[in-house]
Formats: sequence, structure tokens, C-alpha cells
Amino acid sequence: MMKKTLNRKIVISIFICLAFFYLIIIFLWGMFMNPAKYGVNYADKLVGPCKEHLFGTDAMGRDMFNRCIKGLSNSLVIGLVASVFSSVVALIFGIASAVLGGVTDKVIKLAVDLCMGLPHLVLLILISCMLGKGSLGITFSVALTHWPSLTRIVRQEVLQLRSSQYVKAAARMGKSPFTIAVTHMLPHVIPAYLIGLVLLFPHAIMHEASITFLGFGLSKEVPAIGVILSESMNYITTGKWWLAVFPGIMLLIVVILFDLIGETLKKLWNPESGNE
Amino acid sequence: MLLEANNITFRYTEKSPLILRDVSINVAEGDRIGIVGPSGYGKSTLAKILAGYEKPTSGTVTLDGAPLPMKSFCPVQMIYQHPELAVNSRWKMAKTLNECWHPDDFFLEKMGIEKEWLKRWPSELSGGELQRFCIARALAPETKFLICDEISTMLDVITQAQVWNILLDTAKERNMGMVIITHNLALAKRVCTKIVKAQEL
Repeated sequence: MMKKTLNRKIVISIFICLAFFYLIIIFLWGMFMNPAKYGVNYADKLVGPCKEHLFGTDAMGRDMFNRCIKGLSNSLVIGLVASVFSSVVALIFGIASAVLGGVTDKVIKLAVDLCMGLPHLVLLILISCMLGKGSLGITFSVALTHWPSLTRIVRQEVLQLRSSQYVKAAARMGKSPFTIAVTHMLPHVIPAYLIGLVLLFPHAIMHEASITFLGFGLSKEVPAIGVILSESMNYITTGKWWLAVFPGIMLLIVVILFDLIGETLKKLWNPESGNE
Repeated sequence: MLLEANNITFRYTEKSPLILRDVSINVAEGDRIGIVGPSGYGKSTLAKILAGYEKPTSGTVTLDGAPLPMKSFCPVQMIYQHPELAVNSRWKMAKTLNECWHPDDFFLEKMGIEKEWLKRWPSELSGGELQRFCIARALAPETKFLICDEISTMLDVITQAQVWNILLDTAKERNMGMVIITHNLALAKRVCTKIVKAQEL
């Protein structure tokens, strides 16, 4: 029995490491890629998938495999910046809302409701357009629209903790508010926070890709999954399937991996299921 | 040492009805005062006020004439009815047990706490097992008064007997004062030196 539980934990940990490894490789590979590799080459226009061009080439003879990697790498950077920013905002707002209460709580709750009430995509497009599109606009818009749900989770968690018996008992045992916050509250908030952070990632990447696809995000010459997919729409009717399929699958794999990492971490850190 | 509650009046919010009206109670060292009575008479509220968890609307709680310490370890400790709510679910039991003092092996054996439990999460122990931890945690050497709010209600009869034997032994040994809140008159008669009815408070 004991051996079995240990094994499962190890298996999950190895799986998470592999997933992280894959994502880091894509990230670094794209970051340090020679731009010539996905440069224009009119000699090989619209070549199907073959040995030299694994994912084929597009109408300007650019190698789709390298463009995909570079595009995903860009997406990862935007996703990382956006979700870290969002989660820090959520952490500060959530704790302030729960601890200070009163007017602060009301204002933050109103802001959360406002952000959640508007359709996500509309808000993204608005902010991105206001900031002049491009990578700056897109990063800001994704960062500014993903904090509300995590804020709610953090606020709820802290509110519940504050009134719990063990926190009150710790206070009567002479523990200072700071000690209580660090020893009692952090272990509860941090897992929820980190899982929220990881689960924000696929959201951020998907939204980045979708507004770029719609033409409100990154500009055409930047290799990005959204740009690649939106360009491929022009060729898909003429049978150039590889332009859409491979980048689509790559995006899907990255998103699913992040989602899986988040979900497994959730299971691993939850005492109810942590020892299963 | 003397724990005194003088003319305690309490209501949760300004509009809610009075829960306690002019309640006074004195607990001296070695006293075991039982408070029995039906639900809704403010027994638990009084327990919380005595241990400093709630502030009375009017009246004072004093320990040897001075107010209860709010910043340092309070010599008046309280044990709750629901042990599973009184321990941090993300702490292993050893951390919970050692939160304010370090019980030695002899003490743990006396409490009926097995060494192996220390490595477990609270969700892996039963209510009775958890309650032993809560009691052990509250029995620090500095504890002079113990408020027990229905601490054995959810335990089976054998565990109840064990828990009370341990508590009474320790209380007598250290000459602690106790306030025992219970629905069970038979239990109160057995363990208390004096019984107060909640209706008469």
C-alpha cells in the first residue's frame, strides 16, 4: 500500500518535470533562434511537410516548423508576463479586500464584477487597441483582464481563514498576526495562488492567439501562433492544410500541458487527495 | 489565581438580542465549574468570552484583577467542540501539537497519542484522536485555566471516559481551574466540583 502511494507521487512529479522541460525547451529554442531560419525564401513556396521542412512552408517560403517554435516562444513570454502580473494583482487585491474590509472590499468587489461582467474578448480588444496593438498592447490587455477570478479565490480563502478556529486559537496562544499570516494562512493561500497562476497561463496564451488571429494583436511580420493561423485561413480552401494543422496542434499541446500541470499540482497539494 | 467575569452582557451586533445579561462567575484554582443547560442559553458564548475570543459588550473578564493578556500566551485556554475545525488541515499533526509547547513522550503516552499519528494529516485521524491533540496542545505549562466547550460530545463513550480521566488527572496535578460546558448532567456531576445551570446565569 505504502509503496503504491509513493510510486504515484513520483510518477506525477516526473510527469510534471517532463512537461516543464518541454515548455522550457520550446521557450529557449525560440528565444535564441536565428531569424534567418524562419526568413523568407521564395525558392520553396508552399512546400508540403517533408524532411527539410517538417511542417511545410508558407506562401513566402518561410519554414513553418521554426516559425511555430518562435511563435510559441513569443506566446510563452506574453503568457508569463501577463499571468505573473495578473496573479500579483489578484494576490494584493484579494488579501486587501479580505483583511481591510469595508470600503476597500466594496470597491474591489465592484471592480471584479465589472471586469467579469464584460465579455472577455471585447475588453481584450478594447485595451489592446487603446495601447496601439503590438506586443505591448497585447501583454497589457491580457494582464489587465485575467486577475478577477483569482482575486475572488484569494479573497474567499483569506476570509475563511481569518474566522477559522485554529487561527483564533493561535492568536490566544500568543502568536503575532504576522506569524499567523505566514505559518497558518500562507500554506492555504499559496497552493491556490500557484495553481491559479499556472491555470492562467493557457488562458493568456489562448487569448493572445485569438486576438492576434482577429487582427487586434501582434503585427503580421512577428511570428506568432495567432498570426500564423489567421494567415493560413487564406490558403486552407486551396488544400494547404499543413499551414493550419501543425501550428494548431502545437498550440493545443502547450495549452493542454499547462492545464495538466495545474490540475495535477492541485491534486498533489490538496491534503484530501495528496496521499492517494 | 482567580478568573473572574463581572457583570458580562453580550450581543453579537447592535441590533441582535442580548445573549448574556449581567452574568458573573468566579473560577478559582482547583475549581471545576460545570455549566449545563439546553441550547441557546449562551453557554458557548460565555466560554468564548472567558477565554478572550470575544469581547463582552459590557462587563470585564479579569485574571487576578488584571485583564486577560491579548498579545502573549493567554493562561486561559479553550478547547472546542469540533476538533477537526480547530487544527490547520495543511499542517501535519506534529506541528499542530508543538504549536505552543513541546509535550514529552511521557505526556503523549498519557494522552493516548501514538507516535505514528504525528506524521499524519488531520484528515487521516478520527475526531477522538484529533481531540486528544487539541487537549494536549492546550495543556501547556503556562495554562492555568481550561475552558472546555462540549469537548466530548462527539466522542464515543469509551473515548469520553479516557479523555476525561486524562484531563482530570492533569487538572488535579497542576491545580488548574476548569469551566466545563456540557449538555450531559451525569457527566457534569461526575467531574465538576460545582454545577451551574445555564438558565440561572
